[in-house]
Amino acid sequence: MQLQVTNSPFTGEQAELLNKLLPTLTGSQMQWLSGYLAFYGAGNNVALASVAAGAAAVAEAPVATISAVPDAPKEATILFGSQTGNAQRLAGRLADKLKAQGFEVTLSAMNQYKTNKLKEVGYLFILASTHGEGDPPDNALTFYEFLNSKRAPKLDGAKFSVLALGDTSYEFFCKTGADFDARLAELGAERIVDRVDCDVDFEELASGWLTAVAGAVSATSAAAAPQAAVVSAFPVAAGESEYSRSNPFMAEVLDSLNLNGRGSDRETRHLELSLEGSGLTYAPGDAVGVYAYNDPALVEEIIAALNWNADEKVVTGKAGETSTVREALAHHYEITVLTKPLLEKAVAFSGNSKLAELVKPDNKEDLKAYLNGRDLLDLLRDYAPWTLKAADVASLLRKLPPRLYSIASSVNAHPEEVHLTIRKVEYEAHGRDRKGVCSVYVSERLQPGDKLPIFIQENPNFKAPVNPETPVIMVGPGTGVAPFRAFLEEREETGAEGKSWLFYGDRHFVTDFLYQTDWQRMLKDGVLSKLDVAFSRDSDEKVYVQHRMLEQGEELYKWLDNGAHVYVCGDEKHMAHDVQSALLTIIGQYGGKSQEEAAAYLSALQEQGRYQRDVY
Amino acid sequence: MAKNHKVEPIGGPPSDVEHLKLESNYLRGSMTDSLNNRITGGLPELDNRLLKFHGSYMQDDRDYRNERQKQKLEPYYQFMLRVVTPGGVATPEQWLLMDSLADKYGTGSLKLTTRQAFQLHGVLKWNLKNTIQEINAAMLTTLAACGDVSRNVMCNPNPYQSELHSEVFHWSQQLTSHLAPKTPAYHEIWLDGEKVVDGADQGEVEPIYGPVYLPRKFKIGIAVPPSNDVDVYSQDLGFIAIVGEDGKLAGFNVSVGGGMGMTHGDTATYPQLAKVIGFITPDQVLDVAEKVVMIQRDYGNRSVRKYARFKYTIDRHGMPWFIDELQDRLGWELAPAREFHFENTGDRYGWTKGKDGKWNLTLYVQAGRVVDTEGNKLRTALREVAKIHTGDFRLTANQNLMIANVTAQKKTKIVAILKEFGIEEGSNYSALRRSALSCVALPTCGLAMAEAERYLPSLIDRLEPVLANAGLQDQEINIRMTGCPNGCARPALGEISFIGKSPGKYNMYMGAGFAGDRLSKMYKENIGEDEIMDTLTPIINRYAAERNKGEHFGDFVIRAGYVKPVTDGTNFHE
Repeated sequence: MQLQVTNSPFTGEQAELLNKLLPTLTGSQMQWLSGYLAFYGAGNNVALASVAAGAAAVAEAPVATISAVPDAPKEATILFGSQTGNAQRLAGRLADKLKAQGFEVTLSAMNQYKTNKLKEVGYLFILASTHGEGDPPDNALTFYEFLNSKRAPKLDGAKFSVLALGDTSYEFFCKTGADFDARLAELGAERIVDRVDCDVDFEELASGWLTAVAGAVSATSAAAAPQAAVVSAFPVAAGESEYSRSNPFMAEVLDSLNLNGRGSDRETRHLELSLEGSGLTYAPGDAVGVYAYNDPALVEEIIAALNWNADEKVVTGKAGETSTVREALAHHYEITVLTKPLLEKAVAFSGNSKLAELVKPDNKEDLKAYLNGRDLLDLLRDYAPWTLKAADVASLLRKLPPRLYSIASSVNAHPEEVHLTIRKVEYEAHGRDRKGVCSVYVSERLQPGDKLPIFIQENPNFKAPVNPETPVIMVGPGTGVAPFRAFLEEREETGAEGKSWLFYGDRHFVTDFLYQTDWQRMLKDGVLSKLDVAFSRDSDEKVYVQHRMLEQGEELYKWLDNGAHVYVCGDEKHMAHDVQSALLTIIGQYGGKSQEEAAAYLSALQEQGRYQRDVY
Repeated sequence: MAKNHKVEPIGGPPSDVEHLKLESNYLRGSMTDSLNNRITGGLPELDNRLLKFHGSYMQDDRDYRNERQKQKLEPYYQFMLRVVTPGGVATPEQWLLMDSLADKYGTGSLKLTTRQAFQLHGVLKWNLKNTIQEINAAMLTTLAACGDVSRNVMCNPNPYQSELHSEVFHWSQQLTSHLAPKTPAYHEIWLDGEKVVDGADQGEVEPIYGPVYLPRKFKIGIAVPPSNDVDVYSQDLGFIAIVGEDGKLAGFNVSVGGGMGMTHGDTATYPQLAKVIGFITPDQVLDVAEKVVMIQRDYGNRSVRKYARFKYTIDRHGMPWFIDELQDRLGWELAPAREFHFENTGDRYGWTKGKDGKWNLTLYVQAGRVVDTEGNKLRTALREVAKIHTGDFRLTANQNLMIANVTAQKKTKIVAILKEFGIEEGSNYSALRRSALSCVALPTCGLAMAEAERYLPSLIDRLEPVLANAGLQDQEINIRMTGCPNGCARPALGEISFIGKSPGKYNMYMGAGFAGDRLSKMYKENIGEDEIMDTLTPIINRYAAERNKGEHFGDFVIRAGYVKPVTDGTNFHE
């Protein structure tokens, strides 16, 4: 945000200086500075003044200002709406920062938050991701609806900021965050830091927002005794590891096999990766982020289309690291997806005026249609000639994002290993064969013995019940079954006594029954109590998991009534929707409930963490 | 009639299968539940055993077995369905149905078996019921095509004496239905309780078999001399048609106690030839068959399955005892056997005209596999024939096919169809290839230790030049190959035969009688293709040089001292 006399305690001159300085700071510089200022403000100004005499002049005023607002709130509420756990993790980091500044922090998933407390809230920070067609994550849904309803309280006096996570390749980029941001302002709250919208490569922008928020609250409140300016690391599930999203672990491939039998039209990789020496661990329901490489053939085609020298060196890292443009395109940048920002930037490099025309607001629908299913090579071919230089890739392209895969193993069953289930994505669109970056990489080019850069992505929103006796119903067709292999292996290892029921489906029984012998063994051993399967292409009538659920509706409702948790993993667009409808039908029919009552029943399950989804 | 040889049934605790049969409640078991289990494409062991009585074996594609295990997939379970066709006779409508089922539920081919039945391979569990229903709707059945009961009754298709054929064929049908299990389980499980033909039995469920059926499978065949195409001596019970002076069927010589199967390494098991015990008139056929089956029911070994075949029962107690026991149960005595003469066991290819003026065409079908391949659209051609054919089809005991009862007008059309698809009747193939017989073996048969159907043609490819060099390309030599010693292609009756030991390795046998009247003897153990060639080439060359006029290969190798003649199954291993 731009500091002004009206929205900050600074003079016009100070604000101007700060406005010049602040945007140039890196995340770590900001962090350092906030700690420094806190220390300075606590009475150590003399010593510091001798270090930075120039800064001392400006420093006095803020100290006075801070002490002049003793009544400012010292409590902060941080709410997150998170599907894959990123927003939740960032919320945790913010909580740590604010606690370090002496705040009492309420940190909660949105659907766990008691909305009657909202009217008393002082600082409110929202971190929310956006899914599918602009949808809020599952654990944000009820809060989102509440806030946008007439029941939402006036929020005059509250101060807020929103961090939005999203993906620019989707039409409704960061819509959920934007909606929260607008609505909070509409309810009268004061925006103390402008909303930041993060793309898939969110780390840098998100860190900046965290620092800005921390800075803003310390500037507007008289914090209690500050602690050392060290931001504690966010908690890891168990044990600590030096490896993370920004510092991935090079995991050796122990085994890679195709789970689809000969004759299948699909290919699903079962990858077994070694975590030995990484200190990484995970819980069932967590995911692994995989950094894969682009198809070398596609890279060559792009270079050829631009007539570049593939060996030309380009800068790829912030610290000035360089690599050949071939390697840059293969390893560092996303080339298989087009986004609106990319096209807008590309206009400057295209000698074809039609591109400028396409990105005009009037042609929104045409743009949307164009972006769908096309990649960089299409763009290069469709809007030649280009003045794009190899050195421009860094400014034009997004970083190649990691792909997230639900973990298919229990670390207790396979110590120091993690298993993934990755279905190869290949299809034809707009006259060309398209390949999924990661799935094709692991299927076609990754060999046992190779190393794969990975990190563990916790997913606190997809966790087995704490009570081992609680029955679980798991719905996971296709690769959606992966986390349930982890769940069941874990239950087997821990001797969980609760009943378990798996619904699985795919195309053909003979070739596409992923992990068939694992399930058969688990059924025999009693680890899995019930298994129902649906194979859509084996009969004239297409049968899916939801049909099996409906067939067993009475029994399924009994399980729900007995406290079962329901987990759904897999395709969001069709499957998750159809499964939800089936659940509502079953609850209505066998629970004797109206449509509204069934919906409320399911919402309640969701709020209690008894209906969890990991859908994509 | 006094019993001279009073014996007790063999003792010993009943085998697991015997318990299973008893507990199955007349072949029901838990079949319906197992069929409805969607988690596996297979059946539990107990139901799989029972399934055989219903005409099907669970198999898995063994080519896929290891890779699927790694892929965390169960074996590629699939089912072989065998269709009972007494005497191998099927109508064009039935042929078309089987042809369509091969595409709809099978692997796109039909197998004509060495026992004149159809086999469909590769049927998935979920399709079994539909397939069986469609088969039954065409007035065919799979009931008792396998299992410890009397199987499909074989019968010479006899293209020459049409009147005689219709008589013996009638008896093969009568025998098949008389000895079929009577349990309603088949209808309950597969046909939703409907009975296609109403024949409610008010009395005992299984008046012939009782609740535990037979100790092992039971095979019956009817031969019409001079052809011994059904290998009548390999049958548990054989009927050899005797034609009276009036040219009509006078009756049958009865032969008992034949069987091919044995177990590698167990000399207590051996192939055996049936022995002729007397003559009966046609109206006595069912009575004799029923009593023979009941004797085996009561005296067969129910403790050890590999010793349970009827041949061992007879050899254990002696033929005099058996004849006494049989005549005792019949209440009358068999007449002395009549003269007859067998010349060969093979088929005669090409068109022949029957006495009724109708035409019959015998077509060579390699390994009995009716399939379209590159350059040989046999299955399509036969489908086109079936669409216009007004006679019938006859599956021969040598896995070939006869298009029978063809009018002169249809003959022209059929010739044109076969020409259109380039189908040769068989005389274009070498005599060795025409005389070859093989079982299915890999990849679907669970018993196979080595290849048979998929491999024998390429072995013959190598043998043909050797025979041609020796001037023997037109010499018929019975060559047979099986993937295991159970003997589906009747290898103990091959002049040259191979019984699989392990992948690529076979025991080689020689010296069987050309007319199926003498067993072969092992000549080399556990040899591969090169050694087969090195072994056979000099023998073939010597046969070409030294054979007597009309001397068959099987006789020559005995005279030349390569192998000793087997005079009885009990000295097969000597």
